[in-house]
Amino acid sequence: MYPTVVQDAYRAELASIRDKGIFKEERFIHSPQAADIRVEFPSGAALQDVINLCSNNYLGLSSHPEVVAAAHRALDERGYGMSSVRFICGTQDLHKQLEAKLTEFLGTEDTILFPSCMDANAGVFEAVLNEQDVMIADRLVHASIVDGMRLCKAMQDTYKHADMKHLEQKLQEHQDRRGRLIITDGVFSMDGDVAPLDQICELADRYNAMVFVDDSHATGFMGKTGRGVHEHCGVFGRIDIITTTLGKALGGASGGCVSGRREIVELCRQRARPYLFSNAVPPPIAGAALKVLEILSKTTERRDKLEANTTFWRQALHEAGFVIKEGDSPIVPIMLFNAKLSQDIARDLYQEGIYVIGFFFPVVAAGQARIRTQMSADHDIPMLQRAIEAFKKIGAKYGILGLDKKGIIEKYGQ
Amino acid sequence: MKDVILDYIKNEYLDEEEAEDMKLDENTPLISSGIVDSFSMVSLKRFLEKKYSVSLPDEEATPQAFDTVNNIIALVNKHKR
Repeated sequence: MYPTVVQDAYRAELASIRDKGIFKEERFIHSPQAADIRVEFPSGAALQDVINLCSNNYLGLSSHPEVVAAAHRALDERGYGMSSVRFICGTQDLHKQLEAKLTEFLGTEDTILFPSCMDANAGVFEAVLNEQDVMIADRLVHASIVDGMRLCKAMQDTYKHADMKHLEQKLQEHQDRRGRLIITDGVFSMDGDVAPLDQICELADRYNAMVFVDDSHATGFMGKTGRGVHEHCGVFGRIDIITTTLGKALGGASGGCVSGRREIVELCRQRARPYLFSNAVPPPIAGAALKVLEILSKTTERRDKLEANTTFWRQALHEAGFVIKEGDSPIVPIMLFNAKLSQDIARDLYQEGIYVIGFFFPVVAAGQARIRTQMSADHDIPMLQRAIEAFKKIGAKYGILGLDKKGIIEKYGQ
Repeated sequence: MKDVILDYIKNEYLDEEEAEDMKLDENTPLISSGIVDSFSMVSLKRFLEKKYSVSLPDEEATPQAFDTVNNIIALVNKHKR
């Protein structure tokens, strides 16, 4: 039974999402994930070859031949799926090897795999904190952390984005709790800025707090050997809980983990509901992820190339006269402030063969609309030169080159 | 009460640049405008409960009830007696 009254309500909700201009439509990619892809958009349109500036394929490993071969090998040798959760009959030697390698790579004491980092974040807080504790989160943490915190009975609090004075105030305020957990992203996915983990660890030591970092947009390339933001900030080995994903730089398929203090990981194995009640990561993904870690442990070539691409891209956008968010990460947001402008420019760039997405409220703060570009080690300089020429052409069309924030807002409104 | 709550919101939710740019008064939408998101609303609720010695039931601490300082004052007053 599907009551008409319910169906009508759903239709009205969908219409309202469309009216607000925030209806999400998928674009169909007719090629492997890469720096250049073949796209059908809108549905039914002719296929177009475009330069991809919006994937999380930071190290270009999503379709790397060695990674694909490792997935094939695991598929042949260990099968397709486990048909079980981990603790019943779903743990293979591959899972234990991958957990051990991640522990070594991230510089922690132990690691537990989850079906995704979304699941890791959904499960970890509830598993290790209770009503005697407090979670103090940066206000711009990823949605999956917000959801995970809501599932946990510990007191919740937040601090202004990357504001260490405010965080200190909150730590002082909560000295009466049993445990304090500072919660932050390593790299913030919408702004591309890096959490000041060195200062956060210092405050954590001073106020007897633990530190949680979601390093999904950093594992594999931030820091000199790509270990993450803890390496980048000089606090390798000092983070109590790291969550991260295999779904971005580390091959890009799916899967995530909680890595950190031995007891915390063990409690997740006993209590974290997404771990207990969903299937083990499939063998081909575990096998391929092991290959990724092997590649990354041998050479820093790919993260070095990503860094060089990022430097080139940030510099080129500056010189072209765009307003960008400063930072050290391969996430480079081009600020347009006005929602419609972000959509218009993204659409025109697609016609020029550049695949980017415009983001606006409520995905980012009101009046902070932007086009988020992401670099990959798969890009090369000629490709990025083609991309910057397209950006310059469209930027000139809208008359925004050389304008600062105030100038763009005067011209297009916020 | 109005000025106390406005001061708290400025300190707790706005950074210095925003606080200068923005004219915040008792009718400014807080939640629907994105100044306070629902994730960060908990500290405001806790502040009100402590400051005015009230207990605000979760089912009444809705985004609507917290959307302006005037709404917040009405909610606090309702539970004060």
